[in-house]
Amino acid sequence: MNFDFSDDQKQLRDQARKFLAEKCPPKAVRAVLDGKAPYDRELWKGLAEMGFLGVAIPEQFGGAGAGHLELCVIAEEMGRALAPVPFSSTVYLAAEALLIAGSDAQKSKWLPKIASGEAIGTLALFEGTGNPSAKAVKLSANGGMLNGVKKPVADGAIADFAVVAARSGASGRESDISLFLADLKGGGVEIKELTNLDPTRGQAELAFKNCKAEPLGAAGEGWSILTQVLDRAAVLTAFEQVGGADRALEMGRDYALDRIAFGRPIGSFQAVKHMLADMYVSATLARSNCYYGAWALSTNAGELPEAAAAARISATQAFQHCAKNNIQVHGGMGFTWEFDCHMYYRRANAVALGLGSLSYWEDALIERMRKKNAA
Amino acid sequence: MNFDDTPQEAAFRAEAKAWIGANAPKQYEDELRQSSLGRVRLEGADILQVAKAWQKKKAEAGWACLHWPREYGGRGASPIERVIWQQEEGPFGKLSGVFIIGHGMCGPTMMAFAAEHHKRKYLPPLASGEKVWCQLFSEPAGGSDVAGLRTRAEKSGDDWIINGQKIWTTGAHYSDYGILLTRTDPNVPKHKGLTMFFLDMKSPGVEVRPIHQANGQSEFNEVYFTDVTIPDSQRLGNVNDGWNVSLTTLMNERMSIGAGVATGFPEIFEFCSGLMLDDGPAIEDRAVRSKLANWAVKASGLKYTSFRAISALSKGERPGPENSIGKLVAGSMIQDVATYALDLQGAAGVLSGPEAELAGKFQAMLLRAPGTRVEGGTDEIMRNIVAERVLGLPGDIRVDKDVPFNQIPTRGRA
Repeated sequence: MNFDFSDDQKQLRDQARKFLAEKCPPKAVRAVLDGKAPYDRELWKGLAEMGFLGVAIPEQFGGAGAGHLELCVIAEEMGRALAPVPFSSTVYLAAEALLIAGSDAQKSKWLPKIASGEAIGTLALFEGTGNPSAKAVKLSANGGMLNGVKKPVADGAIADFAVVAARSGASGRESDISLFLADLKGGGVEIKELTNLDPTRGQAELAFKNCKAEPLGAAGEGWSILTQVLDRAAVLTAFEQVGGADRALEMGRDYALDRIAFGRPIGSFQAVKHMLADMYVSATLARSNCYYGAWALSTNAGELPEAAAAARISATQAFQHCAKNNIQVHGGMGFTWEFDCHMYYRRANAVALGLGSLSYWEDALIERMRKKNAA
Repeated sequence: MNFDDTPQEAAFRAEAKAWIGANAPKQYEDELRQSSLGRVRLEGADILQVAKAWQKKKAEAGWACLHWPREYGGRGASPIERVIWQQEEGPFGKLSGVFIIGHGMCGPTMMAFAAEHHKRKYLPPLASGEKVWCQLFSEPAGGSDVAGLRTRAEKSGDDWIINGQKIWTTGAHYSDYGILLTRTDPNVPKHKGLTMFFLDMKSPGVEVRPIHQANGQSEFNEVYFTDVTIPDSQRLGNVNDGWNVSLTTLMNERMSIGAGVATGFPEIFEFCSGLMLDDGPAIEDRAVRSKLANWAVKASGLKYTSFRAISALSKGERPGPENSIGKLVAGSMIQDVATYALDLQGAAGVLSGPEAELAGKFQAMLLRAPGTRVEGGTDEIMRNIVAERVLGLPGDIRVDKDVPFNQIPTRGRA
């Protein structure tokens, strides 16, 4: 059994950590948080130069042609550093959708631009309150024209293109849903930035008005492609969440070692120690579930749907748990704008929702386990 | 990343599987597979005798105590081979329950501290299950605070005279030998006045009284010592160095990797899959699903955490500290699982006999679960261990650390 990353992959993780420590210190995250820029352009450029944006993109499309395990280790570091760039939208969602369903022409057009940092992509799925569901997709596609409103769309205000879920049929089934590629700089879309919990990653409303778009994948296959995209993104996002959880745990641990109250480090009080031990437990469970997800993703195993849901749930819980208790360990200082704790708290709670919330994935996990058992 | 065996591991697995297939007591397989926390028993058979017979058979064929050296009754196998054996032994591994303390704790302590002729005499029958060993550490005055123990050992010529009481001794009632931690000097701080021995449980003056547990069963005992004589040759380690000796024992207490800890998840998932609620199958209910999903990811998280440790072993590395979370997670989870299974049964959940759902499986689990959270290190001790050894947080401030043992207060309220 070798249920671990290879030495090369671990080296890549170290390289990413070093790079991000230098190029993405908390101060850089704060610049975006404070609204000084919609995202960190310098960092985005640097990530492209390091080859991180195209790590899982085949060489023929301008990527490094490594694989998903390599992408997982980078994702963990992106989460740890709270990188304020449209990495998840572009790399986990848009690029994966293209890899799964794109024509050669579509891949040739967009993937090299993703790898080089020239194009930001995203997924336009949600239409207001609710979790991923074919029924909730109302935006219509008629004769290659999209009409309707998507919100929230992650990084929608800075994206160059979007994969759009649209209703192209009226049978009342999932096969009514098709995917489209929309060039967001080509007109027909009104874009409005929305205020959100975690300003280090933007959210937008995209109003499509007779927007020309080309089909991505076969007509009527949209929901099935989306499900695959969401599973892949769930694993990759879970690695970001584990990276964030670990960092929040470290911050809490370090503070508990340094802060003196009642004449002793607060980390010597069992109430604080036990809180930190529990954070370690949830981060460890999440990491192990994520490793299984990484294995399933990298081998495109039949277990991926179940593994992805488990990784997503476990990592969501761990990041939320570690982020909130990190503030608790910090006490009053944790509730100030100046301390970084709230940046992790914001990210933990925002990233918990983007691909469908916890209750959505809980339902999905048990449905998938039930089906497997029945089979 | 893969789950494949190396060629050597695959060969070992094939050999183990073939031997188990040909030799395991198959007539008990279903019962063992079905057994769960609070209910491991065989109808119409004495589980101790079945366990001893299986252990003896394993020993004769060289499959007992795989990681022990051959001269002491083991196989000299690598840690990963031990894990593979446990995976292949499957439900029959539950029969090893009576030997866990002896093989996991007493044996390694003997190996580290006993005289060579004692090792050659006592270890092979321990490995083969002919002799069962117990560990006599906990006392009424020292559970989590083991070093607070009061059982006295006083030197008399070449012997030691033991007086005092132990408690929570697993399997003392069927044990042949035990390792015993005693106080030899009450005038120094508590960790500095302890000494370890091994003894024959049939020695005059040893009295074993089963504890009537809260769940009605009796797995544990009180053991009383009245002027029990132990020869100095049965001392393990130096006089007053028993604390360090006991650390060796306790380090070996870590539940073996690979065997897996019981979480109750397979049981609750199966139960919910078959249960009908008013408005449909339980497994389709959103609230039920939410509960199940939360437990599912804990169970899978523990499973894959152990896989990470196994991978380290496979590469010849020491596993990281991750595995220390097993009992902490599984203990409270199995309690919650049992509580919820009863909740789903409504008023009938109160029944615990043959008329109960699944003949009272979850009721038995519920009543046994509090013990899991206490035995072998309470949840609180486990959290301290994670916080101090893994996260590097400072130890608790110990007000009794430098105080002579006989000056430590013994009552909270006078």
